[in-house]
Amino acid sequence: MKYLPFVFRNLFRKKTRTILTIGSIAVALFLFGLLVTIETALNAGVDVAGVDRLIVRNKISLIMPLPLSYQERLRQIESVSEATFATWFGGIYQEPKNFFPQFAIDTDTYRTVFPEFEISDAEWNAFLSDREGAVVGKTTADRFGWKVGDRIPLQGTIWTGTWEFNIRAIYEGTRSGDDESQFWFQWKYLEERRQTSFGGGTVGWYTVQIADPDQAVTVTRTIDERFSNSAYETSTETEQAFAAGFAKQIGNIKMLIMSIGAVVLFTLLLVTGNTMAMAVRERVPELGVLKTLGFGDKTVLFLVLAESLVIATVGGALGLGMAKLFTMSGDPTGGMLPVFYLSTREMLLGMAIAIFVGLAAGSIPALTAMNLRIVDALRRV
Amino acid sequence: MVDIDGKEHSASLIRVRNLNKVYRRGGETINVLQGLNLDVEKGEFVAFMGPSGSGKTTLLNLLGGLDTPTSGTVSVDGDEITHMSGRKLASWRARHVGFIFQMYNLIPVLTAFQNVELPLLLTKLSKAKRKIHVETALTLVGLSDRMTHYPRQLSGGQEQRVAIARAIVTDPTFLLCDEPTGDLDRKSAEEILDLLTELESDHGKTILMVTHDPLAAERADMTLHLDKGALVEGAS
Repeated sequence: MKYLPFVFRNLFRKKTRTILTIGSIAVALFLFGLLVTIETALNAGVDVAGVDRLIVRNKISLIMPLPLSYQERLRQIESVSEATFATWFGGIYQEPKNFFPQFAIDTDTYRTVFPEFEISDAEWNAFLSDREGAVVGKTTADRFGWKVGDRIPLQGTIWTGTWEFNIRAIYEGTRSGDDESQFWFQWKYLEERRQTSFGGGTVGWYTVQIADPDQAVTVTRTIDERFSNSAYETSTETEQAFAAGFAKQIGNIKMLIMSIGAVVLFTLLLVTGNTMAMAVRERVPELGVLKTLGFGDKTVLFLVLAESLVIATVGGALGLGMAKLFTMSGDPTGGMLPVFYLSTREMLLGMAIAIFVGLAAGSIPALTAMNLRIVDALRRV
Repeated sequence: MVDIDGKEHSASLIRVRNLNKVYRRGGETINVLQGLNLDVEKGEFVAFMGPSGSGKTTLLNLLGGLDTPTSGTVSVDGDEITHMSGRKLASWRARHVGFIFQMYNLIPVLTAFQNVELPLLLTKLSKAKRKIHVETALTLVGLSDRMTHYPRQLSGGQEQRVAIARAIVTDPTFLLCDEPTGDLDRKSAEEILDLLTELESDHGKTILMVTHDPLAAERADMTLHLDKGALVEGAS
């Protein structure tokens, strides 16, 4: 600790250079924070997908429906403990940019299959007793300032016209990655109102709960075989595979993010390494004086590494702090990334990267300083 | 008493025996010091003179444990330093040697106080005790009112006095001065020499000084000349 003032004094002998280096690390770690947040958001469904749930959709495409009658037939398959369904509604709230996912759900089974969404019994019962009732996730409720009792109009895009809903419940996820942006209403309400248009008697997809996750492959195959050669053939996969496939539609984001991250890390190493190399080169005679006074090789090594570490950790903390503040203001895309947050684990990972950069970038200059011969160093005065 | 005959002297603080230093540059071998002997008692003030390249600074570096000899031994107060490891030697330097350089070699980003405190950071002294030591040293060199000044805010003579305070703050066994007045005007040089003389006479410090300046050498108890790698006695 007694060397810290000395380390700080050295850091600020070239204020502009130090500030610029700290700034570049801060920008890089800010970028890192945003990238991992986006990566987390895109894979949120994959990370929290239930291992005991399968998604059954129309084999042709996700937008093609399946008959309502499949629910009973799915329940009869061995190992299936429950089958629920939902239909994509695709309504617009005020403006298209106010996007959030809306599902018409089977109120009898949905809560059983998705126990991770927490709703009080009183609110759930209020939702059940109101045909125009809706349940909304906390993120979306906070985003639009909705509260229980509010009446919300949505402009239908698939089933046109104005649809009005009463907010009866607000749900919260029990895990950090749970999607709290969804909007649910009763499938029966959808069914009633669309009788005059199209899609009656169908659902968007089924979510099947299985008793034994080890049986997932067998059950998947059984389901698809059961409905093969019918008018509505199915494609079944685990919820995780379904979510991953959804994320992959945007491309290999993880690979892209890893590549950008690696380039950023490498650039950081060069920037910080260059700063430290210059700092040591300029101070060779001083390092010689320190050694003359009795500072050991390891102490000199420590002093140089400490400077590098301080630059990296201050820059890292600044960058990650800015990223945290940015993500705290919520999804900047207006609903495309509902799970948009920078977790403590990722912030710690960012700090670990910053510390690694500090150590790696400082190591060569520090070793150079450590191995300096006093007589050679003093000769450069 | 200072001797260069190599005979045993029980009272020697610094004892150098058959010291050789050979540099190899390219294919050329340069014998800087050849079989040098020296005995210096505690409280002596010795000046080393000689032409450039005669090995004065090399001798000082060897006496201060900054460099290792090709052969021969250097003992200080019974400790033979020529075979010490780098770590031991650094710790030995911190305890026993005070260095004063021609260019002062202060750390520019530290105040006079912090520069003088540097060697004390290597000790186990508390912050409060370090402060007392630093203030004492700076008062002794007449700079108690310049403690918070940075080197750039001091004159050359004042900078050298800060360097002397840094050299004596740990109360080392002896002081090594490499051209301490070489970069100063006459007046400042005289002040520094007065200070060194005072350190010897009033505080019993052993001082070994390399200089080109005959006036500076006059302040020493004895002047030794380095000629072709060997010591020759001069005026005392």
